[in-house]
Amino acid sequence: MAFVALGGSTAAKKQAPKKAGRVALLLLLPGIAYLGLFFLTPLFSLILTSLKTPSASGDIGRYDYAVEFGNYLFAVEQYMPQILRSFMFALIATVVALAISYPLAYFIAVKARNKPLLKGLLLTLVIAPFFISMLLRTFAWKQIFSNDSWIVNTLKSFGIFGTDSYIIGTDFAVIFGLVYNFIPFMTLPIFSNLDRLDLRLLEASGDLYANPITTFRKITFPLSLPGVISGTLLTFIPISGDYVVASRDFLGGPDTAMIGNVVEANFLRIQDYPTASALSVLLMAAIVILVSAYVRRSGTDDLL
Amino acid sequence: MKFSLGKYLLPTYVFLTFLFLGIPIAYTFVFSFNDSIKSNIIWRGFTFDNWLNVCNQQDVCDAFANSLIIAVSATLIATVLGTMIAIALVRYKFKFRSATNLLLFLPLATPEVVMGAGLAAQFLDFGWPKGMLTVIIAHTMFTLSFVVVTVKARVATLDPALEEAGRDLYANPAQVFMKITFPLLLPGILAAAMLAFALSFDDFIITQFNSGSIDTFPKFVYTAAARGIPPEANVIGSMVFIVAIAIVVTVQVRSSIKQRKLAKK
Amino acid sequence: MSIDFGAGGKDLELVGLRKEFPGFVAVENLDLKVPAGQFFALLGPSGCGKTTTLRMIAGLENPTSGKILIGGKDVIDLKPHERPVNTVFQNYALFPHMSVIENVAFGLRQRKVDDPMVKAQAALDMVELGHMAERRPAQLSGGQQQRVALARALVNRPALLLLDEPLGALDLKLRRQMQIELKYIQMEVGLTFLHVTHDQEEAMDMADIVAVMNKGQIEQMGAPEKLYDRPKTAFVAKFLGQSNIFVGEVSETNSEAVSINFKGNKITAPVARSEKTTGKIAIGVRPEKTQFHATKPEATSTNNVLGPGEITDIRFTGVSNQYLIDIPEIGEIIVFAQNVGKSPVVELGAQVWVSWQVEHSFGLADLPTGKEDA
Ligand SMILES: Nc1ncnc2c1ncn2[C@@H]1O[C@H](COP(=O)(O)OP(=O)(O)OP(=O)(O)O)[C@@H](O)[C@H]1O
Ligand SMILES: [Mg+2]
Repeated sequence: MAFVALGGSTAAKKQAPKKAGRVALLLLLPGIAYLGLFFLTPLFSLILTSLKTPSASGDIGRYDYAVEFGNYLFAVEQYMPQILRSFMFALIATVVALAISYPLAYFIAVKARNKPLLKGLLLTLVIAPFFISMLLRTFAWKQIFSNDSWIVNTLKSFGIFGTDSYIIGTDFAVIFGLVYNFIPFMTLPIFSNLDRLDLRLLEASGDLYANPITTFRKITFPLSLPGVISGTLLTFIPISGDYVVASRDFLGGPDTAMIGNVVEANFLRIQDYPTASALSVLLMAAIVILVSAYVRRSGTDDLL
Repeated sequence: MKFSLGKYLLPTYVFLTFLFLGIPIAYTFVFSFNDSIKSNIIWRGFTFDNWLNVCNQQDVCDAFANSLIIAVSATLIATVLGTMIAIALVRYKFKFRSATNLLLFLPLATPEVVMGAGLAAQFLDFGWPKGMLTVIIAHTMFTLSFVVVTVKARVATLDPALEEAGRDLYANPAQVFMKITFPLLLPGILAAAMLAFALSFDDFIITQFNSGSIDTFPKFVYTAAARGIPPEANVIGSMVFIVAIAIVVTVQVRSSIKQRKLAKK
Repeated sequence: MSIDFGAGGKDLELVGLRKEFPGFVAVENLDLKVPAGQFFALLGPSGCGKTTTLRMIAGLENPTSGKILIGGKDVIDLKPHERPVNTVFQNYALFPHMSVIENVAFGLRQRKVDDPMVKAQAALDMVELGHMAERRPAQLSGGQQQRVALARALVNRPALLLLDEPLGALDLKLRRQMQIELKYIQMEVGLTFLHVTHDQEEAMDMADIVAVMNKGQIEQMGAPEKLYDRPKTAFVAKFLGQSNIFVGEVSETNSEAVSINFKGNKITAPVARSEKTTGKIAIGVRPEKTQFHATKPEATSTNNVLGPGEITDIRFTGVSNQYLIDIPEIGEIIVFAQNVGKSPVVELGAQVWVSWQVEHSFGLADLPTGKEDA
């Protein structure tokens, strides 16, 4: 899995690469050109679009090239709550997913290390959710938590919930769904890191009077940091742009919209391309800043 | 030995977590057998009808077929391009190495909504109509980096001496590639292809921005969610799940048999 | 939690220790006593269970049955970090994400000892790595890593230090130097050392007590000179140094001596140096206790004579020469002769007789199986 390889970092660097040649160029060019044309230039298109002004003709969905920075101001003013909520949700969901996934990854990588059958089974179970459409799973949660569902009714009958309480449409429901969807993305890189952890180091730590908690704090966790970083990035980034879970048709409600929902609505429904693009550029910029700061602080430069 | 709670705490936790992970899967599966009319919300009784006549719900089947066509096409292109890049990255020294690495890393670090909107904005600028082709282009783009990462890990474990030995034995570069490099890389390439297929098949956000009126399976589910998803969608979801699990289990069993054979030698 | 660190070392006692892995007994009924402050060497072939024994003492492996007493206290229920024991691991197990000095200070910090960095630096100086304190373990050579592992354990002054082939990766010169250093530290601080090694010379050199282990059991244990002088089993006789061993039925016994009939030759050993005096027994002698003669020496009650045979191989090893003498019907005998010009000058193919003093013979408790060298 790519996530696993991503968590694994630098295995590829060891071999001394051969000298440059036309072969290398021929191998690289098609793929790189493809990414240039369909990944990089779209980012420029996004910036250009974000600065456009409505067409003089007044047609809906038609815009002319311009340099209208006001679009950004408008986007920020209009959608500040959604912007903040996106990062808030992403942060909370990432932390919760980390807390849930780490013990899981630890168990599979360390406790099940010498039991290949169990390990294979558990790994299959971790990736199993990938094999069924993310939207179907999210919709299933919607049904499970819906207003007259067994769970909600039980909560009400025990008096934990008021009679007019609900789950779907709350911040809790959205964060819950996000956490659920991204547990495998968090677990796999941490697993692939812990899988290579030398257990004899933990023995040495115990031998040097560290209790299991100290051993975890000083040895296991610091050594697994590259995996944790990969996992948190692979979770935080997609969550911050997600709009399925927070959508009203899934686990969200009127007050749970995230940046993605706003971009979707502006781009695909009311065809306000400049505003949608401005929001996308802001999201991208924020991610780039956050990620580079985070990666630098954690000291893992080569994630690929 | 003392009785220790810690011994049972972690396994219990792991068990509960897997239970939690499995709930929506089980739900989807169970409701694929629901004898419902259109909206599949309340349990109305057990039936095989949905499984036997999936394509009664014509839209679901069409969307599923589109998803397959798109995933196969994008996987083919991304796997070829990605494998080439991976070989170049590990085997050759060249000037813009770190720039290339950055370019490959960026799509992994970009939220889908940004890639989707950017590409859609560019297609608007170009005046390209959205459709099957634009979705395939988009999917190839975002799966490419995943392919590179996966194949690269495999290339890196390959001993260059093997290729040199091939050259030493009078094979020309093309023969060396076909007879030595490619077969050795094949497991990595297959893994990458499977990953690309899974990512493409399940993608929704990028697809929604670039598909126009074309429906894919996830897009169908998204649209249908407002009224309630028909049980036929659950059937297709469950079918895909079963096939995928079967493939994974087969691969695992085969590799564990191979390992056992190696261990015996 | 407080761990009881004595000022010096403590004694260690293993009682009926046993370890089973699924389908395999790694350690069987091990009884062993290491007095406080002693340097104890555990010697044995690869796979005989040395590391497993150490791991049980350190608490890293649960014994199937048996007792482990440190300073008279049963430690079976103590976790590794609660035992006053440190290990120098066979594979070093240095923490890769910490500098060398952080590695060494780790145990001190856990025990909240004052001035951990100062003590760690002193320990590093002792193993001559003071100038590499800030490096990461990956930036050290194998031998340097080993010395860090040594410093990391020693700095804690544990009541019992377990060393699992700690000098294996060092070159000969450094190895000798570290041996002297280790021995010095051990005596200075009065720590109890349990030292596992393949190298019999190292064991004989450094240890107060040597135990020879084979297939999960202790074959023999005692002072090195004694073990060498009077091995009790064929395994020990062959594993510690070299031996000529002769097997035959007992032909004569009296209160002083026991003789066997070895293919028509009489070979005698003192009763006091024999484990068995009846039935089929094995009598051995060390090669350096034997001599050869160009003419047949007279057989008396105080010496054994075999021959004549032909010299089939001569090896010059410096201080002594090793001769291989092939006696028809009897087999090969090894003779070491000091290179001081006393013994007759002989050449390959020369005909000689071999003799040794009865008092140098030893009688074994078992018979050689022919697999001792494997
Ligand atoms: N975890 C385990 N499971 C099964 N068998 C084991 C395990 N650990 C050790 N053994 C077996 O127990 C025996 C003793 O192993 P041990 O490591 O104690 O040998 P050793 O005397 O230290 O050898 P060496 O000198 O090569 O280090 C070996 O045959 C080994 O294969
Ligand atoms: Mg060992």
